[in-house]
Amino acid sequence: MSDKKGKLGLYWASSCGGCEIAVLALHEKILDVAAAFDIVFWPCVMDFKYEDVEALEDGEIDVCLFNGAIRNDENAHMAHVLRQKSKVLVAFGACSFGGSMPGLANFTDKDAMFDWIYKQSPSTDNPQGTLPQKHSQVPEGELTLPNFWRTVKTLAQIVPVDYYLPGCPPEAHQIEAAVTAIVTGQLPPPGSVIGPDVTVCDECSRTKNEKKIKHFYRPQEIIPDPDVCLLEQGLFCAGIGTRSGCGALCPQVGMGCRGCYGPNEGVLDHGAKILTGIASVLDANTPEEVDKILDTLPDPAGYFYRFHLPQSLLRRRALGNGQKQTAKTGEAT
Amino acid sequence: MSDNGTFKPVIVGFLCNWCSYRAADLAGTSRMGYPATLRDIRIMCTGRLDPTFVLRALQKGADGVLIMGCHPGQCHYQEGNYKAIRRFALLKRTLRQLGLEEERVQLHWASAAEGVRFAETVTRMTKEITALGPLDWSHNWPNEDPYALEEAAHE
Repeated sequence: MSDKKGKLGLYWASSCGGCEIAVLALHEKILDVAAAFDIVFWPCVMDFKYEDVEALEDGEIDVCLFNGAIRNDENAHMAHVLRQKSKVLVAFGACSFGGSMPGLANFTDKDAMFDWIYKQSPSTDNPQGTLPQKHSQVPEGELTLPNFWRTVKTLAQIVPVDYYLPGCPPEAHQIEAAVTAIVTGQLPPPGSVIGPDVTVCDECSRTKNEKKIKHFYRPQEIIPDPDVCLLEQGLFCAGIGTRSGCGALCPQVGMGCRGCYGPNEGVLDHGAKILTGIASVLDANTPEEVDKILDTLPDPAGYFYRFHLPQSLLRRRALGNGQKQTAKTGEAT
Repeated sequence: MSDNGTFKPVIVGFLCNWCSYRAADLAGTSRMGYPATLRDIRIMCTGRLDPTFVLRALQKGADGVLIMGCHPGQCHYQEGNYKAIRRFALLKRTLRQLGLEEERVQLHWASAAEGVRFAETVTRMTKEITALGPLDWSHNWPNEDPYALEEAAHE
């Protein structure tokens, strides 16, 4: 790759655009990327059409950094096209890796979402109850929208993925390390997550003592001690079960880890691991005492699966079973 | 689902080595009758039960999961079952948010001398799950990928 420039593609599926900014956060190192690669597809930054990438030879793109979850036909189409056109496909960022924020939609259903977004939400004025239609007629002809899925999926659930670069967004030093590895050909075995396999606690400089929690607090409720482990102070922190590589940025500034780097190697279900860690610090021995403490932790599933619900073992909330009961308890998010 | 079309649930049981697995043994050697719905897996202690095991069982087709161990205060490892109490309480809340009925995952205690209690627990849980019907979790993952659907149509 040294004598001849490689070809680089970047794409966003269902995402916020933060991953694109993370690439720009490479600062002057972006020039190294530009020196090593011709960018053949990056719709966020340059004017490319889908036809441009469809016209490429199969495997013509050397590396494709794909961010965003898969939540509609358009996302899936581009995942298939870019898989075909790319030698190395990297799931870039938490959305393509685990589903992330778009994946939280798996706690509800398409119909419920459309009903809330287009009809019920207080800021909506939609007296005719118009909903997005897959096909609609306008004077100029027929317009189509991509089919919106009921279940958000990860990139690897749609096409085979070569490498994963976790994070929301991935930290610049890790992108740099990954790009360097690609340029020099020193890549880990295919299927690997690029980055260290330690937990956030490992990189967090806060003092850790024995953890015993009687009450959980929301971040706005207390001013935490700046030197002591946040979880010990009753602030939810997913660091105990989350892969590091970020340098424990959030806990260092007083915000518990959200879990964006996802599970460590060999973990089947990220949420289950955080759950285990959180449960083991509860200072209670009877179901009643435990419940009293847990009442101070609203939306536990939201905490545990914030970034990786579509990638988890159950992947989503049940579509059929149990919905009546859940509606009754009113705890669904 | 059995041959004649009536629903017979599959319950995965995680039984602790020191109490509940022996209670199951006792139920067997005493020839107590209970429904053949339980697929029991011996673990050393309910404190060893990673919630991943439960989720994996449900994902792989179990209609329910039964966790059984020593009575509180009688754990072979002093406090393993207290850990199970905490974990189970949090798991229950999580599963509720994922749309699962409460009866599908249960935690009970049975000492090595309580073969009757073990048999009764399995019988009661089988009835409850039978009333709920199959979980069939794979139906919750609709395949909407147009490419995959097209491929499936060609096959």
